[in-house]
Amino acid sequence: MEEHLSIFFQSVFSKNLALAFFLGMCTFLALSKNVKTAIMLGLAVIVIQTITVPMNQLIYSRLLKENALGWTGISALQETDLRFLGLISYIGTIAAMVQILEMFLDKYVPVLYHALGIFLPLITVNCAILGGTLLMIEQDLTFAQSLTYGFSSGAGWALAIATLAGVREKLKYSDVPAGLKGLGITFITVGLMAMAFMAFSGIEL
Amino acid sequence: MAESRTKVLTKPIFDNNPIALQILGICSALAVTTRLDKAVVMAASVTAVTGCSSMVVSMLRQWIPSSIRIIVEMTVISSLVIVVDQILQAFVPEIADQLSVFVGLIITNCIVMGRAEAFALKNGPVLSFLDGVGNGLGYSVILISLGVIRELLGSGKLWGGALVDVSTAPWFVPNLIMLSPPSALILIGLFIWGLRTWKPEQVEKD
Repeated sequence: MEEHLSIFFQSVFSKNLALAFFLGMCTFLALSKNVKTAIMLGLAVIVIQTITVPMNQLIYSRLLKENALGWTGISALQETDLRFLGLISYIGTIAAMVQILEMFLDKYVPVLYHALGIFLPLITVNCAILGGTLLMIEQDLTFAQSLTYGFSSGAGWALAIATLAGVREKLKYSDVPAGLKGLGITFITVGLMAMAFMAFSGIEL
Repeated sequence: MAESRTKVLTKPIFDNNPIALQILGICSALAVTTRLDKAVVMAASVTAVTGCSSMVVSMLRQWIPSSIRIIVEMTVISSLVIVVDQILQAFVPEIADQLSVFVGLIITNCIVMGRAEAFALKNGPVLSFLDGVGNGLGYSVILISLGVIRELLGSGKLWGGALVDVSTAPWFVPNLIMLSPPSALILIGLFIWGLRTWKPEQVEKD
């Protein structure tokens, strides 16, 4: 339980995907103009992240890792190392999961489907999703840990984009130098936010 | 024709910079710029992948049904990234180690995908290759200048070799914030400011 709590705390605050690793920046900057869309997008990322990170953990530990195919019991498959296929399998899983989730929501939860709209397919090319998977593999998490990690890294990203959207809504009323308008000032805002989040890094659970 | 080819190659560097104007490919860009050597390797990899993937997608464009084009593009891109990843691990293993997940993340780098979608699907292979390389160079300009600033101010080194020896130069205090994530964002913000002051037509309207 404690390790799960610590994974949760770390990935929401001190190792926030968006603010410490700069993942999902493109969507992060492009779609953070108002709080409502930002929250929707954050929600979609949490859902996809919670599904794909554990899925890819299974793929990695059962198929791709060194000697991972041992469980099949076939002797020809005992000593395999398919790690070089990693990237292409993870992105395949992500694209497929996004597609399946889209179809599922369209059929069974149309309200949510319409609310998320265009954001769902966009998530395939959001680096936060693939980044979450790759960071999970780098840390060599177990299946249960990867479940927590998937959820909490998504939640961290959602928190960051919702906060930034809040700040940007207020920014509309401030007098920004012409050259900094739009993208420039947003970058600096994110930088200051990242600095604030760094303050959490001293806390260990 | 020759002129338009040069234009395709050079326009993305300052006039239509992928990072500063198109908001593409920022994701994996910033974390790798704490040292110049990392930034250069990353810039070269992205340029190679963008150029080659645009060329391949453009060669295949007559045969790709538009309904599954994203999957096809993804497959092309991720195969190329795997090649780059293997090459880096074979020849510069230390740097490949430090870049860790960010080489893999070139797949979801929106520059690659964005250029394939926006340019390669409509133009011939040679032109697409040049467009890909041009955008890669636009990305490289930002990445490398960030790498220089951050490594120099953050640790007094350049390309891993010390320019200012901290022990003999008491006036030099390493600016540690330069090595931490927020500085990259703020520097990019300032870079955009500079670029837009130089080219006022890029300023965003309210």
